Amino acid sequence: MALEKPYADVPGTTIFDADEARMGYHLNQFCMSLMKAENRDAFHADERGYLDKYPMSEEQKQAVLARDYNKMISLGGNIYFLAKIFASDGLSFQWAAASMTGMSQEEYAQMMLHGGRSPEGNRYKGEQKNG
Amino acid sequence: MARVTAGVTMSHIPAIGRAIDTDNTQSDYWKPLFDGFEFSKSWIADKKPDVIFLVYNDHATAFSLELIPTFGIGCAEKFQIADEGWGPRPVPDAIGHPDLAWHIAQSVIQQDFDLTIINKMHVDHGFSVPLSLMFGQPEAWPVKVIPFPVNVVLYPPPSGRRCYNLGKALRKAIEAFDEDLNVQIWGTGGMSHQLQGPRAGLINKEFDTDFLNRISSDPDGLANIPHVDYVREAGSEGIEMVMWLIMRGALDEKVKEVHRHYHVPASNTAVGHIILENA
Repeated sequence: MALEKPYADVPGTTIFDADEARMGYHLNQFCMSLMKAENRDAFHADERGYLDKYPMSEEQKQAVLARDYNKMISLGGNIYFLAKIFASDGLSFQWAAASMTGMSQEEYAQMMLHGGRSPEGNRYKGEQKNG
Repeated sequence: MARVTAGVTMSHIPAIGRAIDTDNTQSDYWKPLFDGFEFSKSWIADKKPDVIFLVYNDHATAFSLELIPTFGIGCAEKFQIADEGWGPRPVPDAIGHPDLAWHIAQSVIQQDFDLTIINKMHVDHGFSVPLSLMFGQPEAWPVKVIPFPVNVVLYPPPSGRRCYNLGKALRKAIEAFDEDLNVQIWGTGGMSHQLQGPRAGLINKEFDTDFLNRISSDPDGLANIPHVDYVREAGSEGIEMVMWLIMRGALDEKVKEVHRHYHVPASNTAVGHIILENA
């Protein structure tokens, strides 16, 4: 029997559950390797070659090379693991979060300064201001 | 006997650590956030705790997908600051309290909470940012610290109810320790925030305010909030607030709120901070 996932109808949100963790295992473990300075250097010197050392799917590797964080999340990546990638690029959590919303960095920063994204219309898939 | 004297909660955003480490706390962006901790710094200088029991979550730093303890207790002599991908924060290592930590581990496991005992662990911003907010930039932390990492990264985290009950077990364990120690329990993380996906940036001031109110007056009610409500109302990472209930469970039923601070935004996150003393 499938696991119950009451969070599946929350818009614009992927919950890192057992299925995601299973799918994203090697992608996330690659991210962990970037916590060592020498690995960060090796990755930035030859990204493709470095990724090929991990048994990730081609789709996962392409998403990393493109720094497509929504795609990485859809392939089992978790934001706290993926943070090692953008940190090694010298980028912040706010940069990464903005990149996933379709807003510009400036628009996103302004939204946060004005109190953030409202939960109104963002609680359930299919609501007016969906995700 | 050891005594639990107070509880402190606060968010633990990495950008706060960065602002402290780069002497940027007085900028227009950060000053309102740090001003809310001025009271707290003098309060803790006055209270002089011997030990902080620091409930936090590891952010895929010490724990990768290789090993994921739901509740861990740091029993080591010392905990090094982790390199999270941009080099370790320039803050002191934390000195543990192995005698108390081992005592708590044995006592709490005998109360049916199966803790993972950790004797080697690097600690990340979830642990170091709260210390920086409360103590500033000392050469050594003026207190011993027992790290208590809780899994909130891989779904499902422990329920709010389990966290609240665990707090009660911790209280019993600490009070059965023979040495006379002033122990504070800190519950960190939160408040509303979502760091991922098209819904990133979600903030729910109404939910946060209600949570801040009820952490004193109605923790039993808060303990009933299901995970999905945190996700829906407070963002996917807002689920960290279950850790506040561990802190609350370790305090008296009646507590006195001596300080509160709420600020939006710190990077992507609503910052909530509260100090509770046993009444």
